[in-house]
Amino acid sequence: MKIVYKNIHLANSHTLAVYQANGGYKSVVKAMDMGCEEVIEEVKRSGIRGRGGAGFPAGLKWSFIPKNDPRPRYLCCNADEGEPGTCKDRDILRYDPHLLIEGMIICGFAVGAEQGYIYIRGEFYREAERLQAAVDEAYAQGILGDNVLGRGIKFHLAVHRGGGAYVCGEETGLIESLEGKKGQPRLKPPFPANIGLYGCPTVINNVETLASIPAIIEQGGAWYGNLGVPKSSGTKIFAVSGHVNKPGNYEVELGIPLKTLLEQHAGGVRGGWNNLKGVIPGGSSSPILPADLCATITMDYEALGKAGTMLGSGAVIVIDKSVCIVRAVARLSRFYRHESCGQCTPCREGTGWLAQIMERMEAGQGTHEDIDLLLDICANIGGKTICALGDAAAGPVLGAIRAFKEEFIYHVEHGRCMAG
Amino acid sequence: MNERSTVTSEAKPRFSEDALQQIQAIYRRYPADRRQSALMPILHLAQREFGGWLSRESLDYVAEFMGLPPIRVYEVATFYTMYNLKPVGRYHVQACTNISCWLCGSDAIMGALKNKLKIQPGGTTEDKRFTLAEVECLGACVNAPMMQINDDYYENLTVDKVAEIIDRLP
Repeated sequence: MKIVYKNIHLANSHTLAVYQANGGYKSVVKAMDMGCEEVIEEVKRSGIRGRGGAGFPAGLKWSFIPKNDPRPRYLCCNADEGEPGTCKDRDILRYDPHLLIEGMIICGFAVGAEQGYIYIRGEFYREAERLQAAVDEAYAQGILGDNVLGRGIKFHLAVHRGGGAYVCGEETGLIESLEGKKGQPRLKPPFPANIGLYGCPTVINNVETLASIPAIIEQGGAWYGNLGVPKSSGTKIFAVSGHVNKPGNYEVELGIPLKTLLEQHAGGVRGGWNNLKGVIPGGSSSPILPADLCATITMDYEALGKAGTMLGSGAVIVIDKSVCIVRAVARLSRFYRHESCGQCTPCREGTGWLAQIMERMEAGQGTHEDIDLLLDICANIGGKTICALGDAAAGPVLGAIRAFKEEFIYHVEHGRCMAG
Repeated sequence: MNERSTVTSEAKPRFSEDALQQIQAIYRRYPADRRQSALMPILHLAQREFGGWLSRESLDYVAEFMGLPPIRVYEVATFYTMYNLKPVGRYHVQACTNISCWLCGSDAIMGALKNKLKIQPGGTTEDKRFTLAEVECLGACVNAPMMQINDDYYENLTVDKVAEIIDRLP
């Protein structure tokens, strides 16, 4: 079942001509006929949850925009794809930019936003060029502008490139950055739905979420809601990387068994299923699942939550038995230290401590006490910071100690890796 | 206008006509009273205009140009990794070593780059042709290992491919 990736294999799929030849921009017209309230209801009925990582129901988010408020409203698309392992939005941006634009026009119409911004990570230079070309095409055809498709609705759209900061993928960090400042997240509440960009009501959605909207309008929220499993409806793109025979972005219905995803879509684990050590199921900040759990787990928000990890951005990182978990976590800890914005002490200091201890553990200089110290630091970061970056830094450490504590102990006692 | 020698006017950063036009288009994207939003795009442009990096003088010029206190410009330029605060070579080679790339052999890719360019990450070749950097995830994980050279991604790398790519650069 392809919804978001339905066009990406077509030749010149990024052009307006190909997009329209395949039914593009018909959902905008339908949405305008339905009216904004009904569009929000339809999105609520679909049950679609935010595809960026937090999994918040999109329709509900839209409904939080205050009515009868004199301030301008804004729509921001989060295309700051930066969670290690995640590269699903990139293929939408470069192969089907009009699908995103259509989703944004519909959302803008539904919440009364007349200006949208696509905040794209700065390194995606070529993707930003593609996106800008698509925006220009849409303006030229009257799809964007003061009178969208002649319907008297205003929607303007601009592409804004980031500068290489993971934390700007956090929605309020993104807003700060879009305002021309350091991307340091804001304390919530107030939430962006009330005080967002320029102090105005703002909706922020991930690329994949917005790109799912045209199909929801076209085929109905009930149809979409029937895909996947209860509480995790619809399709999701899983970016499968690491030790599989066919790494790639795969769009499948939520609730698919992880084993099916890996074996039937991603070509199987390198060296066979029995060579699997573990899977990081939802981007680098989600705690790792050991192989025995991988055999039975399904890929939906609920199941992964119950297993003590999360669906996150849907970045599935597959790790085989040749890998030292301590070394893998040390690499991730280095990443979070680099990306902490420095605003909150537990995160700024904690990510530094985690990285240092993981480094000495990996170098064979760790002690038994260090394992407890790691856990203690994680406990002192978790839930004690403005944004989720701190929790994200703790996730891989906690997950690895929970599932592979023997490798940490081995490192302490033997001064080297158990594997590899 | 500065009436002194051309050396001075060359050394002093100044946006080209083309850049000035692009800046007008950038300003139009944001509400008229929210011009600071244009700072990041203008810094990206300034970096392109002024030799691939942003000197203190360039930052001051941008601040003056936009009518912002210099500190607003410094704090943004130093927060984001894509603004180079030191000169970089003509080719900025950035190899990802984060988890997915590392699992797929980025250590060997980084090794090949060091061998080929004979510099360490953070270094620039003597002829100023290459700067090598180790970077965090660039979002092309299913095509790991990968690197970025200036604006372009190079994916599904092998040690042989790396040498070939470097050799083919004009």
